[in-house]
Amino acid sequence: MTTLLITQIVLTLAVFQGLLLSAAAMVWVERRLAALLQQRLGPIRVGWQGLLQPFADVIKLMFKEELRPGSADPILFALAPIISATAAFAAFAVVPFGASTTFFGLLDKPLLLQVADVNVAVLVIFAIASMGVYGIVLAGWSSNSKYSLLGGLRSSAQMISYELSYGLALASVLLIGNSLSLTELVNGQSGVWFGFIPKWFVFLQPLGFFIFMTAGIAETNRAPFDFPEAEQELVAGYHTEYSSMSFAMFFLAEYINMVTVSAVATDLYLGGWHGPFLPESLGWIWFLIKVGAILFFYVWMRWTLPRYRYDQLMAFGWKVLLPLSMINLLVTAAGVLYFGL
Amino acid sequence: MGSEALAFYVFGAVAIAASLLVIAQRNPIYSVLLLIASFGALSGLYILLDAPFVAVIQIIVYAGAIMVLFLFVVMLLNAPHEETEYDERVHPLLRPGPMRFGACLALVLAIELWWALARGVDTGAFPGGAVTSVAVIGRSLFTDYAFAFEVTSILILVAMVGAVVLARRDDPRERRKPGER
Repeated sequence: MTTLLITQIVLTLAVFQGLLLSAAAMVWVERRLAALLQQRLGPIRVGWQGLLQPFADVIKLMFKEELRPGSADPILFALAPIISATAAFAAFAVVPFGASTTFFGLLDKPLLLQVADVNVAVLVIFAIASMGVYGIVLAGWSSNSKYSLLGGLRSSAQMISYELSYGLALASVLLIGNSLSLTELVNGQSGVWFGFIPKWFVFLQPLGFFIFMTAGIAETNRAPFDFPEAEQELVAGYHTEYSSMSFAMFFLAEYINMVTVSAVATDLYLGGWHGPFLPESLGWIWFLIKVGAILFFYVWMRWTLPRYRYDQLMAFGWKVLLPLSMINLLVTAAGVLYFGL
Repeated sequence: MGSEALAFYVFGAVAIAASLLVIAQRNPIYSVLLLIASFGALSGLYILLDAPFVAVIQIIVYAGAIMVLFLFVVMLLNAPHEETEYDERVHPLLRPGPMRFGACLALVLAIELWWALARGVDTGAFPGGAVTSVAVIGRSLFTDYAFAFEVTSILILVAMVGAVVLARRDDPRERRKPGER
């Protein structure tokens, strides 16, 4: 009992720390990759190849003054970044990132590499993502600034529009996997077809994967869909008035959301921790590789594609992505019914 | 007191306190947020009842989707305080309008309660664990309760059509002539 409790606490703390570190790593990766894509060097002075740059940034932010506009709503202004960061951390709690392992015989019983094994995990992620919107909307409203308000409004409109396609893409995967538990969905993707194609859902749901990734970019407010903080139009959008650590919390939330969406995409479409060459207990290495590949894709997209126009974004969401995801769901349902997958 | 009972009292207290505060304070934005808190506490109660699916749906449908729209409206109206036709010092709940309306609602509620309790039949213990599975909920929704389910969707459709009709501007071909208000 106590061992179980201790391992659970250690696992929770490890995931928390891992998410913080992944956000720091993503800041470095993003800046270095952006620099390389633009034929610059990027941050290379602090630490080897600039690896310590995120930590220098955090220390700098901690020593900055915490400012609050005089006309801002004091309670909501303080609450908004907390909601954003909490939602970002909470969503990862139900994401499994490896098969159960005993850590080379260290533990008596194998431990599932997942903080909380909920049997409706997919829906929990969806619910927490919809709570995250409140952080951004409240930040926009409580700042009492025109740029912040427009950023917050844009963000809620964008998230409502793309959540539908996101949910329908998820529903198609649930039909194929016949479960709402992420662990069961990942285990449904083990094995191979014809001896060489891995049984990943991405090969059954290529359109669904495309919809999920596109809606995921919109949900995390990343370029080319980064309207809530379009700097040319809105200064910095919803976090214009934030400084110091409350700004850092929004920043953290954005990167952690990116990691979560990538991890969920890996679990749902790319077979999670299943992969060749490695034993099941080391599957988390495959998981990290796949998540890293998707994160690289995210950064690559941001520095390759220009930002859409706002009406184009809305038209794309409602007139292209939503009908496509509905067709995808219908075809999937018919396929599951006909072939009895 | 077990941890489950403690959780029940905490969630119940939060739900009641938040619901009361929704109507007891004046800033509509805070009302909306407190309503979300109340929905969150309700979802916690569903989890205690061993119905995680209902709990998550509660968050997605009520707290997530509808409340965002609600927040949207309140923000666009941008009314930090309710309109005050009455004496500012009198609490909003104690003004004539809310008093009369509240009294009517309370009367209706009391009659309904009396009616329900008077003809209540003991149906026995609820079959435990029967509604925890998503498959069971889905099956009963599309077989036993199919009629109610479809009627509800038509009701929502009617509400949507009504909203479109109410919000629609006049025909663009009949634009106002210059100088006319």
